Amino acid sequence: MSAVIHEDHHHDGPPAGFKRWLYSTNHKDIGTMYLIFALVMLFIGGGMAMIIRAELFMPGIQIVNPDLYNNLLTDHALIMIFGMVMPAAAGMANWMIPMMIGAPDMALPRMNNMSFWLLPAAAILLLSSLLVQFIPGTGVPINTGWTLYPPLSVQTGMGMDLLIFSVHLLGISSIMASINIVTTILNMRAPGMPFMKMPLFVWAWLFTGLLLIIVMPVLAGGVTMLLFDRHFGTSFFDAAGGGDPVLFQHLFWFFGHPEVYVLLLPSIGVLGLVIPTFSRKPLFGYKPLVFFMGFLFALGLVVWAHHQYTIGMSLGATTYFMIGTILISIPIGLMLFNFIFTMWRGSLTFETPMLFGIAIILMFAFAGVTGVMLAVVPADLQYHDSYFVVAHFHYALIPGAVFGLYAGVFYWLPKWTGHMYNEKQGKIFFWWTTLSFNLTFFPQHFSGLAGMPRRIVDYNIQYIEFNQISSIGGFLFGLSHLLFLYIIIKTVKGGEKAADKPWEGAQIGTPGLEWTLPSPPPFHSFTTPPQIK
Amino acid sequence: MNQNPQHTSKQQNAKTVRLMFLIVIGMFGFGFAMVPLYDLLCSVTGLNGSTTGRIQDETALTSRVDYNRIVTVEFDATNNADLPWEFRPTIKKVDVHPGEIKEVTYFVKNNANHAIIAQAIPGITPWQATNHFNKTECFCFKQQKLEPGEGKEMALRFVIDPTLPKEYRTITLSYTFMDTDRSKLKQNGDMPELHTFVISKTPNNNI
Ligand code: HEM
Ligand SMILES: [Cu+2]
Repeated sequence: MSAVIHEDHHHDGPPAGFKRWLYSTNHKDIGTMYLIFALVMLFIGGGMAMIIRAELFMPGIQIVNPDLYNNLLTDHALIMIFGMVMPAAAGMANWMIPMMIGAPDMALPRMNNMSFWLLPAAAILLLSSLLVQFIPGTGVPINTGWTLYPPLSVQTGMGMDLLIFSVHLLGISSIMASINIVTTILNMRAPGMPFMKMPLFVWAWLFTGLLLIIVMPVLAGGVTMLLFDRHFGTSFFDAAGGGDPVLFQHLFWFFGHPEVYVLLLPSIGVLGLVIPTFSRKPLFGYKPLVFFMGFLFALGLVVWAHHQYTIGMSLGATTYFMIGTILISIPIGLMLFNFIFTMWRGSLTFETPMLFGIAIILMFAFAGVTGVMLAVVPADLQYHDSYFVVAHFHYALIPGAVFGLYAGVFYWLPKWTGHMYNEKQGKIFFWWTTLSFNLTFFPQHFSGLAGMPRRIVDYNIQYIEFNQISSIGGFLFGLSHLLFLYIIIKTVKGGEKAADKPWEGAQIGTPGLEWTLPSPPPFHSFTTPPQIK
Repeated sequence: MNQNPQHTSKQQNAKTVRLMFLIVIGMFGFGFAMVPLYDLLCSVTGLNGSTTGRIQDETALTSRVDYNRIVTVEFDATNNADLPWEFRPTIKKVDVHPGEIKEVTYFVKNNANHAIIAQAIPGITPWQATNHFNKTECFCFKQQKLEPGEGKEMALRFVIDPTLPKEYRTITLSYTFMDTDRSKLKQNGDMPELHTFVISKTPNNNI
């Protein structure tokens, strides 16, 4: 192995100056850019959440007007999903997948560059769609929520056009990134890295990439029709011209439901590395776990209308979607059991990534429970569009996606930077963020069950206490991320030197090849395929 | 897994990428194919409750009246997006026998000071009754034009198909009049109260 690494030093280092980044085709540099972009978006989207929580601290209208409130709500969701979670997961894929499978780089390095650089352009369009309302004559702000349902989305002002173009760019970017990742995984594995020896993270991204390739184009088609309805006199979604607004809902959720697995799966992949590492035991049931992910992938494509129970579907269709949705909780539950059995009788230590791992299992299981409640049609008719749904998906997405990424950040920071992060600060961050997350979102189950509707700037005074707890929790949650930023910056800048194998447990089971490289790895790695013993 | 990845991977990659792009293009097309497919599904099943259900008078006359059953038909009228029309059924509901031809009227008046052309869109609840609710005459069959201040009564003649399953005893027929000039909906007008960050308390509802 070491012979291979020595050879790497003959290669050129990175080019100097801005060209290193602008023209980069290096998977590590592009991965870094993705991660930095995601971090910036985390703070922008988080800032919007802070305004939302401040507004909801009291009933009535204090800070933002209703349309601006709904626009912030819409952009908060879109930024967190498309700007934060997906780029962060793509950044980790860029960094880790070639190193894990022993490839010199991604399969299509130039396309890789383009998929990244479309993102800042999309972000600028997205933010201008928010700001354009302050220019007179541009019409109503985007007050639809991230689902962009017509007829409202056909009637809003110019911001919607900018947003539609932004969604196009985001879609193209993630389709290209997915094609690249899938191609890399299928074709670039080193000899001796068969499918069934790939680290779980690689498997998770294979499914994620395929999902994106299948559903992203449908969203792109849907918003394109929206654009046509707005400007070219078509009536795809306009009943006056023979269209049907419900059609958009189907197109949106055909994308939207698989999208939640796009957000979830990379983090499940990270869990599949973190839990065995700190349990010092191979992953329990590696093959079944891969199978469950495949099952989730397939079933996830055909249950979308559980978001639309209230539109008046036939009994047959409703029953089908209900049973399908309940079935989904089976592979999800089994995955969690795999992780629990991996920990069973392991010699556990509780470094920051592991703390996140365990917290994810607990809190994400809770989202699974509320998910099954929502899947049941008669119950959902009450819960739909209430804060109960908000609580459900924040429990699913923050532990299920975001905390998984945080676990990944702490797990791989030593490899990326060559420095150990400060374990004590990491643990403070973990407890701070986990407790404040629960403080924020747990009460929303109650306000939702009591009937508080989502996406409305004002609320009845009966919900005051729940909302004040939520807001205080929200501010603490937001604040905890300053510590996160501090830890990251400090670790990048310096700190204790990290070993090549900072986690001794990472060698167990189906390890990737990244641990055979030094920390930080050389600019070019595995230029000749490694030999796997 | 090929044994010499550095050698063949370029061609192999090109092949994989081509396949992926085909999927992307196919799925983009699939999205658009949903439009006619969805329409077809709805008109076959009546799923969205909005087929016009138009039949000829002769066809209506041939169906046998089932005097043993009574179905209550309720009428409902809505204006879409602040259409300045007065629009209401002249009676709230009628009881009919399946197979019996019934005529009712709706009243409509244009309160705006300009002529407006609008289209009525029907909806039937429960939607399962849609394909059993047949009309021989309806103001929804064509667009209606009203001069400023003009008012009129419009006819609706319908017959409920005796094949309507027994469990449906009440059917609600709902019409929504929609302005055919859609440009007014896309308000690109100015919204002065938005230009400060700390904002007035009146929600903007000139939609
Ligand atoms: C046990 C598995 C799950 C079940 C049975 C389930 C079920 C549901 C149902 C029925 C709804 C619609 C609620 C309504 O609008 O009335 C919903 C909403 C949602 N779920 Fe789940 N869910 C599950 C897991 C997940 C996961 C894993 C994620 C993401 C990682 C997720 C994210 C969401 C989101 C984002 C929404 C709300 C979308 C919106 O309306 O804006 N769910 N879920
Ligand atoms: Cu869903």
